[in-house]
Amino acid sequence: MIELTTPLSKEILCQLKAGDEVSLSGVIYTGRDAAHKRLVELLERQQPLPFEMKDQVIYYVGPTPHKEGEVFGSGGPTTSGRMDTYAPILMKEGLCAMIGKGYRSASVKQAIKDYTGVYFGALGGAGAYIGECVVQSEVIAFSDLGAEAIRRLVVKELPLTVVIDCFGNDLYELGKKDYLEHFKK
Amino acid sequence: MREINVDEITKVIKNLCIEANLFLPKDIEKVLQTYEINEPYPLAKKNLSILLENAQLAREKRKPICQDTGMACVYIRMGQDVHVVGGSLNEAIHEGVRQGYQEGYLRKSIVEDPLFNRVNTKDNTPATIHYDIVEGNQIEILVAPKGFGSENMCQIKMLKPSDGLQGVTEFVLKVVEDAGPNACPPMVIGVGIGGNFETVAYLSKKAMMKDVLESHPLKEYANLEKDLLTRINETGIGPAGFGGKTTALALHIETAPTHIAGMPVAVSICCHVARHKGVIL
Repeated sequence: MIELTTPLSKEILCQLKAGDEVSLSGVIYTGRDAAHKRLVELLERQQPLPFEMKDQVIYYVGPTPHKEGEVFGSGGPTTSGRMDTYAPILMKEGLCAMIGKGYRSASVKQAIKDYTGVYFGALGGAGAYIGECVVQSEVIAFSDLGAEAIRRLVVKELPLTVVIDCFGNDLYELGKKDYLEHFKK
Repeated sequence: MREINVDEITKVIKNLCIEANLFLPKDIEKVLQTYEINEPYPLAKKNLSILLENAQLAREKRKPICQDTGMACVYIRMGQDVHVVGGSLNEAIHEGVRQGYQEGYLRKSIVEDPLFNRVNTKDNTPATIHYDIVEGNQIEILVAPKGFGSENMCQIKMLKPSDGLQGVTEFVLKVVEDAGPNACPPMVIGVGIGGNFETVAYLSKKAMMKDVLESHPLKEYANLEKDLLTRINETGIGPAGFGGKTTALALHIETAPTHIAGMPVAVSICCHVARHKGVIL
């Protein structure tokens, strides 16, 4: 298990390999479909973004509402592919890591290589478990979007797996191959 | 004729929405435990054990198993000798969803228009409602909230009679490969065969909600269920798509008579959180 704290430097990112298990702590930002659309529209209009993108991490999640006395509801990853159109544009702005689940497009893979980024997978379907790793949560933009608003989270030991590393290796191909070649009876 | 008041229906729907989202069905939890024990790939085994821990945590802390608490799909089997009184049955169902998603701290995920005006309705209504009229004086209510990570990976194909068993098998495996990590494996799969374009999708949904241990009453189809599940668990996709044996926990088939010229097939995919909870009034 590799323990990482945000922000993530290029020196750290270029050491990560597809399949590495990571425990992530520090500040990350949430964002999914509608928020990404608005972020890119802001860039097109050359207006400031709600947070500085450089070296930051975006988690693709729309959490459930939390009860009084709780910090965060359930919050597992949503399908990353829907953000593929926007991701390379945000990576160009300095975004270095994305957390989600599911396949990424060739252009996202290329952007991860070009900008020395990383795509982490969180465990889909483990929303209650992942929600427990969030120690602070605050809506910082687009509050009208409800679950889709951008939140600034502080996470502690969020369990992740490196899916696409900055060399373009993809765990969705490698994991399957490794299992079939070495473990399948 | 037996009378049932709409208020009772609202209350039942509200509770079912909450319970379905907080408590993993027992049959699913049990089969998940079995697969976790038998999973040979270390990372896969670890992730399966996290899913079990997640179900326990959700139950104890009364938090949703998954943040996508879904579109509220309501299946009603309505006895023809029941008279619903006190208001509109449809509105009573929507009201139950509204209350359940509010009081249960469930995520509101419905937008009022699919294309031009994607504005959240903020109470998770409208529900998707299906009615079957059956004999008797009872109402059977099933609430099955469905997340869209897996819903987006469902597919339908109008196969031709000559495509035969091979055509069905190839299509099911293709849908599972296409879904891969997007559908949050391990998956629960429903296959509909027959009927026509709109009924085959419904058949696949009914198949998806069957109890894990149930199998098709006809031997040929029961064998096909087993064969497809075995093949799916030989793809190597594994939990979360990170590799491993456990790609699907269950696969069921529902069939219906069809036209001489066709063989529609639909494949519904759900993640392991195959939520469904029902009562009989």
